[in-house]
Amino acid sequence: MTPANQEKLTRRAVLRGGLCGAAALSLGSLTAALARRARAAGSVWQIDPDKCVRCGNCATYCVLQPSAVKCVHSFDLCGRCRICFGYFDPKAGQYDSGAENQLCPTGAIARGRIEKEFYDYRIDERLCIGCGKCVQGCTTFGNGSLYLQIRHDRCVQCNQCAIAAACPAGAISRVPADRPYLLKTRDRP
Amino acid sequence: MTPVRARILLVALVAALTISAVASGEERYRPPELGPDYVAPRVDWPAGRAAWQQWADLAALAAALLAASYLALRARSRAMLTALMLLSLAYFGFWRGGCVCPIGAIQDVAAALADPARAIPLAVLATFLLPVAFALATGRTFCAAVCPLGAVQDLLAVRPVRVPRWLEHALGLLAYAYLGAAVLLAALGAAYLICQYDPFVALFRLAPWGAWARGGDAAGRVDLLLLPAALIAVGLFVARPYCRFLCPLGAIFRLLGPLSWRHVTITPGECIRCRLCENACPFGAIEPPTGDRPGDLRRDRRRLGAALALLPALAVLGALGGWAVRNELSRAHPSVRLAERVRLEETGQAQGTTDASDAFYQTRRPRADLYAEASTLRARFAVGGAILGAFLGLVVGAKLVSLSLRPSRSGYEPHRGRCLSCGRCFAFCPVERKRRGLPPKPPPGKNGTPDA
Repeated sequence: MTPANQEKLTRRAVLRGGLCGAAALSLGSLTAALARRARAAGSVWQIDPDKCVRCGNCATYCVLQPSAVKCVHSFDLCGRCRICFGYFDPKAGQYDSGAENQLCPTGAIARGRIEKEFYDYRIDERLCIGCGKCVQGCTTFGNGSLYLQIRHDRCVQCNQCAIAAACPAGAISRVPADRPYLLKTRDRP
Repeated sequence: MTPVRARILLVALVAALTISAVASGEERYRPPELGPDYVAPRVDWPAGRAAWQQWADLAALAAALLAASYLALRARSRAMLTALMLLSLAYFGFWRGGCVCPIGAIQDVAAALADPARAIPLAVLATFLLPVAFALATGRTFCAAVCPLGAVQDLLAVRPVRVPRWLEHALGLLAYAYLGAAVLLAALGAAYLICQYDPFVALFRLAPWGAWARGGDAAGRVDLLLLPAALIAVGLFVARPYCRFLCPLGAIFRLLGPLSWRHVTITPGECIRCRLCENACPFGAIEPPTGDRPGDLRRDRRRLGAALALLPALAVLGALGGWAVRNELSRAHPSVRLAERVRLEETGQAQGTTDASDAFYQTRRPRADLYAEASTLRARFAVGGAILGAFLGLVVGAKLVSLSLRPSRSGYEPHRGRCLSCGRCFAFCPVERKRRGLPPKPPPGKNGTPDA
């Protein structure tokens, strides 16, 4: 190795060292700039039931199948109607629990009589696919006690929720991880 | 505030509340008073992952990066690197489902930088910074054995062919375009491009063991497997195509790599220029020595001067190009698309409504408000498009400059930007083999050597 060559290498090494230091410095300042605004707590995806338009994308766009979105029932809000439009198909011939009369494609809602003309509707989450058909019926004709929520035992927390990207109403957004549900009225964990 | 104005406000508030209550269908039928025997079912609200779990993920990331750097630079063990790669694939890929990854975290950082009101979770920030800091310290050891996307491709590169140099350089530019577009779209709140087109995340989630881990019947969407299938098919013959030609984090690493403080070397000692490692790298990252390279110094200098002079011109050209496609770019934002649709419906140029326009009418937000938002966004996309274009012009210019440089290498060296620190070349170096007490010549065709 000639001395000239050696000197050249040294110059390169110095240049590289300087640039490496500059890059490290800018990385440090980026960290400092962002760390001041950073939160320790994470965030999770959730559906705002007031923005949801029940388009059905939740059932099909989730990276999981069946979707991480399920219907939940706010029992405090439910009118216990005998003829529930979250339960019955509008074209139902009879108001009984025959499969052809039910709106839910998977039969995930169980209907039971409580007393007099009041009925109880319970969702079997294992069957629910999050299509929102019942939510549409209940919101249009009833009290809106059925609504969709992302269930956090199932959601894998994609950095970009595939349903959020496809949601026509922009109803899915990140919420603080310590309050992971957007509940209707009196529902509280 | 005068009492009259306050009363008007109060009336307006009550009216708004009534309307919104009707809109969401609440209390149309009064919930009945039920007998004392009736107990309403309890709805349970399962919690998500606990906070400590995300810190555990970060600790795993840091540990894997440390281990990868140690194994590549100190222990120089391809076998151990492969073992670590499998572990990373199992944990970050199949177990954790591939989110949040440092590649996708680029977008969170870009979005947080662009919008001061947006807070970024510390864990996400650290997910991005850790591999970048390591790249600056020890080169692309993240790519070598930590990234699950790299691992899938690395394991499936069975018959790698040599990609011609010019094609390697040209295709490598794609990653910068992808990085620029992803940063722009994330910064302006339009989309998370990298996540939407993540090559293997669907594969990770399809795996039954990942589903069992989350308690049951989950499975990925099969249509999402088209992209991984295509990449795997290409990857059988072109080793790690995503890493080399598309990965946005790889693009950042290629910029930082040449500046790295330490880097993996082919030989543990002095290169004896035996040429045995010449074809060892399936990624085309091994550079030959330049020692007594013939060439016209004056011509090379002229070429470098021309490339340097071209740099600003390319940047301006790129900026103009980016500005010219501002309207097309702005349609990546859902609000701009919605505003265009609503305008068409308003003027009768479009029949019917879409789910998005329905949702918009339901909010009772004035159209003018949406149009104003869209025009603000278009203005931002005009600036952003120009910046993106200038960046791409600079990238092309910098590539020309780097191709006109006369590097000086006394032996075979890994290219600090393109080298993935995978360690395949170690076994080809007779100096290394001597150190290990192995026979001097490697068996022919090992490690998917491209035919010379």
